[in-house]
Amino acid sequence: MTRELWKGNEAIAEAAVRAGLEAYFGYPITPQTEILEYLSRRMPELGRTFVQAESELGAINMVYGAACTGVRVMSTSSSPGISLMLEGISYIAGTEVPAVLVNVMRGGPGLGNIAPAQGDYNQAVHGGGHGDYQPIVLAPASVQEAIDLTVLSFDLAEKYRAVCMLILDGSIGQMMEPAQMPEMMEVKRANWDWATDGRMGKRERRILTSIYLDPVQEEKMNLRLLSRWRTIQREEVRYKEYFLDDAEYVIIGFGTAGRVALSAVRQAREKGIKVGLLRPITVSPFPVEAIEQLTGRVNGILVTEMNSGQMLEDVRRVVKGRVPVEFYGRMGGVVPLPDEILREVQRITSSKLDVRSDPREEWYERMVGMR
Amino acid sequence: MQKEIIIAGFGGQGVLFSGQVLAYAAMDSGLEVTWIPSYGPEMRGGTANCTVIIADNEIGSPLVKNPPLAIALNLPSFDKYEDVLATGGTLIVNQSMVDREAKRDDINVILVPCNGIAEEIGDKKLMNMVAVGALLTALPELTLKDIEKALEGHLPGRHAHLLPKNYEALMRGFETASVAAVPII
Repeated sequence: MTRELWKGNEAIAEAAVRAGLEAYFGYPITPQTEILEYLSRRMPELGRTFVQAESELGAINMVYGAACTGVRVMSTSSSPGISLMLEGISYIAGTEVPAVLVNVMRGGPGLGNIAPAQGDYNQAVHGGGHGDYQPIVLAPASVQEAIDLTVLSFDLAEKYRAVCMLILDGSIGQMMEPAQMPEMMEVKRANWDWATDGRMGKRERRILTSIYLDPVQEEKMNLRLLSRWRTIQREEVRYKEYFLDDAEYVIIGFGTAGRVALSAVRQAREKGIKVGLLRPITVSPFPVEAIEQLTGRVNGILVTEMNSGQMLEDVRRVVKGRVPVEFYGRMGGVVPLPDEILREVQRITSSKLDVRSDPREEWYERMVGMR
Repeated sequence: MQKEIIIAGFGGQGVLFSGQVLAYAAMDSGLEVTWIPSYGPEMRGGTANCTVIIADNEIGSPLVKNPPLAIALNLPSFDKYEDVLATGGTLIVNQSMVDREAKRDDINVILVPCNGIAEEIGDKKLMNMVAVGALLTALPELTLKDIEKALEGHLPGRHAHLLPKNYEALMRGFETASVAAVPII
């Protein structure tokens, strides 16, 4: 297969089409509008459904409806738009129907700006919508990964009857890189035993709902979600390792922050600093085991993010104070550059670290002192 | 090997397309490449820029603070990127749009009258290809032939008749820069 130059947003759109996307509902918002733009042409061309809804609320509820019929369905948005969708996302999770969502994150909170950011980590990973549910969250760091994970997200969503969300930032959405598209897959409607796709008088009625008025029944449903989640945690963790074999220090970062850290790791290696990188691809389920193993053999961990340390808390929960964890983050749409992270690596590898110190406090003080 | 290139100018000068041509040429040569535009409000007018990174290995950061290579198609871009270019780097400047010489002496600033050359060829829109041709004097990883093949392979068919003039613009830019370039010691 040949490589083509793809823009991240358009690559996600085409990858979804090739994975058998039958219905798309969305509403424009920068920096992901190219996904809608692309699909508004591509979906009708293939006789599939594209609707630009009246709002994000409309879009997510159309996704909900289509998901109940068992077709491959997707919506995409950016931070403020995802916030508007959260009610619907919770309903989808509560109804146990599969849906794929993409959040091309931008600077926030509020209207914020359209620059690349990772401030929606907590919203995506730790629920977001109301009630007890956990979505599968994938964090691509390149256009190729965005393609591969888009295809994967449909399989995962269906396998676990769950919400599967891709979180990336505007820089991956807008960036062009050589990438390989999968072959066009046949649109196959699986014979789900739960889909409300018309019984034609031939079988028993099926009911899909997120209403369980009896708390005992609701709790049963919660346990069902948890049981699936435990399987997901066991079987679906994905991450990528760089230079970890002899690493004395490790950086942990996802998405763009992770790939920027890769440049810093290479520069540090040229200076003889033994640092490696762990880049979570699934941020939910979190790569607990991989971090657990690193904790036993490195002298320190540096978490880098484009937010104020949201994944940092998940790392600390795994590390449990056994090795020092440090943090470097940029916020508001500022993308860290490799030399900033290299400077942090140099600071950490040349100073005595204390496991008792609070990484976010210290980072905050450095940030404020910088100005 | 990794080379970072920033191309900057006014919207409409073909900044983003120039970067894409480099990206296509790099991809077709089997290299890794990233192309990332400034997609902020500046795209609605004012300056536009894109960063192209060419490497033979997985590319980390798609953005760079001090690139070794840059093209400045207008004065604001010259002012901005002359300051941030890495020591020893090469800055191609569209001489037709600037009214000053270089300030730094630790970088190669190559002044090329891109608009003038493009107009001589007969189409002022070819100005960006003149600049790309000039850049190749400092980017041995890609040849004029690579760029020509990229244009041929990825330009929509309806533009095929424009290819010979694009090739001429690339060649004229390359030749002008070859003469102008005085390696710094």
